[in-house]
Order: sequence, then C-alpha cells, then structure tokens
Amino acid sequence: MQNLFTEREQRIRDVIALKTPDRVPLIFYQMFWAARHAGMTCRQAMYDYAGFAHGQTQAALEFKPDALMPMQLAITVGKVMELIDYKQLQWPGHAGLNEDVSYQYMDREYMTSAEYAEFCLNPSGFWMNKYLPRIAGGFEVFGKFPPYPTVYHTRNVAHLAALAQPGVKEGLNRLIEAAEEAQRMLDATKANIAELNSLGFPTPFIGTSHAPFDVVADYMRGSKGAMLDMFRNRDKLLETIDVVTRLIASPILKVAASMPGDALKIVFIPLHWGLGGFMSPAQFETFYWPSLRIVMMKFIDAGLTPMPFWEGDCTARLETIADIPGGKCIYQFESTDLVKAKEILGGTVCIRGGVPASLLIAGTPDGVRAQCKKIIDVVGKDGGLIMEASVGIPDEAKAENVKAMFEFTQEYGRYG
Amino acid sequence: MNKQSEQLIELIADMKEEEALDLAKEMLDSGYDPISVLNHCREAMEIVGKRFELGEYFLTELMLAGEMLTQISSKAKPLIKDSQLGGEASSKGTVIIATVHGDLHDIGKNIVTFMLDINGYKVVDLGIDVPADTIIDSIKQQQPAVVGLSGFLTLAFESMKETIEEIQKAGLRDNIKIMIGGGQVDEYVREYTGADAFGLNAMDAVSLCGAWIKAA
Repeated sequence: MQNLFTEREQRIRDVIALKTPDRVPLIFYQMFWAARHAGMTCRQAMYDYAGFAHGQTQAALEFKPDALMPMQLAITVGKVMELIDYKQLQWPGHAGLNEDVSYQYMDREYMTSAEYAEFCLNPSGFWMNKYLPRIAGGFEVFGKFPPYPTVYHTRNVAHLAALAQPGVKEGLNRLIEAAEEAQRMLDATKANIAELNSLGFPTPFIGTSHAPFDVVADYMRGSKGAMLDMFRNRDKLLETIDVVTRLIASPILKVAASMPGDALKIVFIPLHWGLGGFMSPAQFETFYWPSLRIVMMKFIDAGLTPMPFWEGDCTARLETIADIPGGKCIYQFESTDLVKAKEILGGTVCIRGGVPASLLIAGTPDGVRAQCKKIIDVVGKDGGLIMEASVGIPDEAKAENVKAMFEFTQEYGRYG
Repeated sequence: MNKQSEQLIELIADMKEEEALDLAKEMLDSGYDPISVLNHCREAMEIVGKRFELGEYFLTELMLAGEMLTQISSKAKPLIKDSQLGGEASSKGTVIIATVHGDLHDIGKNIVTFMLDINGYKVVDLGIDVPADTIIDSIKQQQPAVVGLSGFLTLAFESMKETIEEIQKAGLRDNIKIMIGGGQVDEYVREYTGADAFGLNAMDAVSLCGAWIKAA
C-alpha cells in the first residue's frame, strides 16, 4: 500500500512541477456524490460521520484516484450546525429543504457598508462581538464579551462581569456542547483520512482558503453589496480587502509549519466572483487578482501548492493569472476553454479539469470517454494535467459516467 | 429631447450613480414629467445592454444600473397622475421566470427579469424553489410566449427536466418557448431537459425572447 501511495503522490508532484508523469493523474473530489452512491441521502451524509467516511472509502477503492479530497469538513457539519443554530446555510431536511438535495448558501448582507471602518480597525473584535452573533444563534453569546482589545490592567476584572449577564452561562454551555460535537466530527475525519492513507490514497489537501474579495462578497457584504461597493465604496472595499489579505493565510501556514517540510501540501482556493462575465478586466485587476496573488504567494513561499478553483468561465482572465511562478500551482477550471488555458498557462501551472458536470449527469460513458480523450490528447500533452469533473463530481452524476472518466483516463492517459 | 434628459441618459449609462440620482430628483422636483423620466431610464438601459453585449460592461454594471433605476422609479412613480395611468404600457409579450424547485439561487434570475422588463416584456417572476405545478398554473393564467427556467446547482437539471415534462403533460408545451439558464447550463443540459434554448447571460435571454416573439 505504501508503494501505491508513493506512486500516486508522485504523479501529483510531477504534474505540479510540470514534469511528465507515468500517466494523467485523477483527484477524487465531490460533495454528496460518494454518499449517495453508497445509498445515503444528502441529509444522512451531513449527520452520519461513519456512514460518510464509509462512502468515501468505498469510492476510493472503486475508482482508485491518485489523491482524494476528504470532504467531511464541508459535509458532515449537520449536527454542529443544528446545535449552534447556524443561519448561513439551508441544508437538507432543515428549514423545509428536501432530504436529498445539496445544502445552499444564503447570499445576504451580513455586514453593512457603514461597518467597513469598524472591521478594518479591529477585525477580531468586530468578528466576535458583531459578526458571529449574526450568523448563528449559538454565537450570540460572543456579543456579550467585553470590548476586547480595549480593556486593560485592573479593568479586566470589572469587565469580566459582562459574562455574569443573564443567558451567558447557558450560552457558553450550549457552545461547549457544540464544540464537543465538532471534536467528534474532527476525530471521525482524522480516522477516515488515516484509513484512506493506509489504503494507499494520498490526501494532501491541508486546508481551504479564499480570494480576499470573495471573503467580502460571500461572507460579509453579500455579492450584491460587494459589487455595488466597487462603485460606491471603492476605498473602503479596497482597505477591507487589504486587511483580509493580511489575515487569511495564517491558519493554513500554521498547520503547514507543523508538518514535515517535504510533505505535499495543497491549499484549495475555490473562487466565486472573479470570473469573466461578472467583473471587468479592470475591476479584476483592481479588486480581485492582486490580493489573491499575494495570498497565493504566501503559500508558495512557504512551500505549499495553491490550487485555485476558477469557477465559471475565466478564459478572459488567462493572460492575467499566468503571472505566477512556474511549477508551483494547480489551476482547476470549470468552464474555461482548456485548450486556450494550455496554450497560455501550460508552461506555468498544472491544469485540473476536463469533464463538464452536464456530461456526467446527462451524457453517456462513450461521451465521457470521447471528452477525456480530447482533453488528454491536447491539454495533457507532455503532462501538466489532472483529469477532473469540472466542478468535482456533481451530486447527480451517473455512476457509469464517473467510472468511464476514471477507467478511461487510467488506461488511455499513459505517457511513453 | 432637451439637455437635461440627454444628460440623465448619459449619467445612468456611464454609471454615475450620485449625479444621475441628483439630476433625476432635480428634474422631478421642477415638474418634469415623471413618465418621461422613466422613459429616459429605459433609453439609458438600452445603452447599458448594448455595452454589456459588446463586452464593455459586466454583471457589476447591470447591478448598479438596476439599483439606479429602482431608486429613480421609487421617486418618479408616486408623481404619476392617475390620468396618466391609461392602463398598462403595451408590452412586447409575456415571459414567466422561475428558479426551479430545489434551487434557492436568484441573482441570475433577478438580472434576467430586470433586463427583460427594461426591454419591454411583461415579466412574471415566480421566485425561487418553484414547483412545476405553480409554473403550470401561471402558464394557464398568463398565456406567456416564453418560460424561462433558472438554476445554479446541478440538481436544477433534473428539476428543469421534470418541469418541462409536466408542462408537456399538461398540454401546454406547444404554444410556448422554454429557455434555461444559470450556472452550469449548456447544450448537454438543454438537450437533457428538452428546453428550446439555453442562455449564458441576461442579454442572451433578451435576444432569445426577441427572436422568438418576432417570429411568432
């Protein structure tokens, strides 16, 4: 198994370094597909740690990917979210949503434009006292904490009385209950990762990060607020992006520092609002790319491999995003023209993608094989390709199509 | 057309929000016909739409234009005299828009609704997570020329397919055109769902409706 693990990881290392591997590697990446393939509903996947782990392991054994993205931290979050009354998602079997559909993010204004300055002055204080109470009932207790960091010396004693307010003790107890559940979820995740690794499947994905603009658009101002702020509150938006840029890489860099120096460490960076039709090239080069590039460079400088997932069609961005050191990144694409991407980025980054979600859902195994062949012949020429469903394997993909993608690539994708 | 009206059109089309709102307020305060102000907004939006098609404008500009129009409309509409309300303005045709069942996303749908509305269509927006039955009832009631089905998630493919099958079963398919859009929709999905066409952005929806309704 150790040999298989090393052999698979080497393929991923080779394509990142733009060397030609023995064959085109595949990463197994999905949300609810493996659980549904194992007979679970989306709801069960979110609540049943052992069941989800089993589905993921079975899928690894069935499709033999060269690496697997363990999805627990994105999926098996139902119990804890219920305990903290989490408000940013609607999930299956909750708030009227069907038991067998994917969860959905609530794109709303979680911070007003008048609060930019407060966030920039004291991001942690704002997050704890104002932001967290808005996104989960269980976090309301954080709003009652003293106004740190503006409490000093013996005032620390008097201010502590804030926690004697009614409801704080119950709130903290409820939070600790949720925290213990979160620990159980993490333990189950770690056990599954150890199992996958022992079965020969690398899981080199050490964390998820974001483009700073997306943090503002997704989690703070809402997409509409952030887009309008490009016109209405340009300077405040840029200042906030700058604050986020300075903060965002640190948790992942800390994890990386605790790992062996030569371990393969990939950082997943799903990107939401920088795509072709959404903002102009000038807006992209002002609000999106420079800060994202700084974050990516922090990872590269620490020996990590950033793996931005350019959602939507980013063909119009290829020239701009080519400005990154060669052999250090994986660029995952959804509907970007991969042939053009190979032309422009081929000497710089490894390209990940190739099979549209629509083809895996509505197509046939023959159609999938034809698509994989086209991608391997052109985009996979001399390496630099990871075969992948365009958005990961969609929840509704037909099993025979997923099988065709893996088996055909494993057979036809050999070099030399 | 006087200087003020030309200036208003230019300010909206050039994304000068504050100046456009100030001028619109000034015009309305000085007794300028509110219906004419709204017509100038439509003219400005035609320019915005063209710039979007030419690749000069993007979703961000459509959003801001929508915001400007909403704000100007809210000032202009209360000033319209009852005598001026001679029934609804004639529309090019009716379009029903809905995000299909299971999917809660609405940014794309809202922009399509806005652009169709501004281009002279009567748009019936049924909202998000809309069951096929609701769409069928609305088709019976509104007799639309076009139904637009939206969805961001891949689960929407199946919902779109089911919705179109239900429309077919209800005997309503032959008289309408169905367009789909959102997220990951492409030709595979169009074929799978049985829609007549798919669009990648709001102006595609305007073009499709234009072509279909002209041909009818």
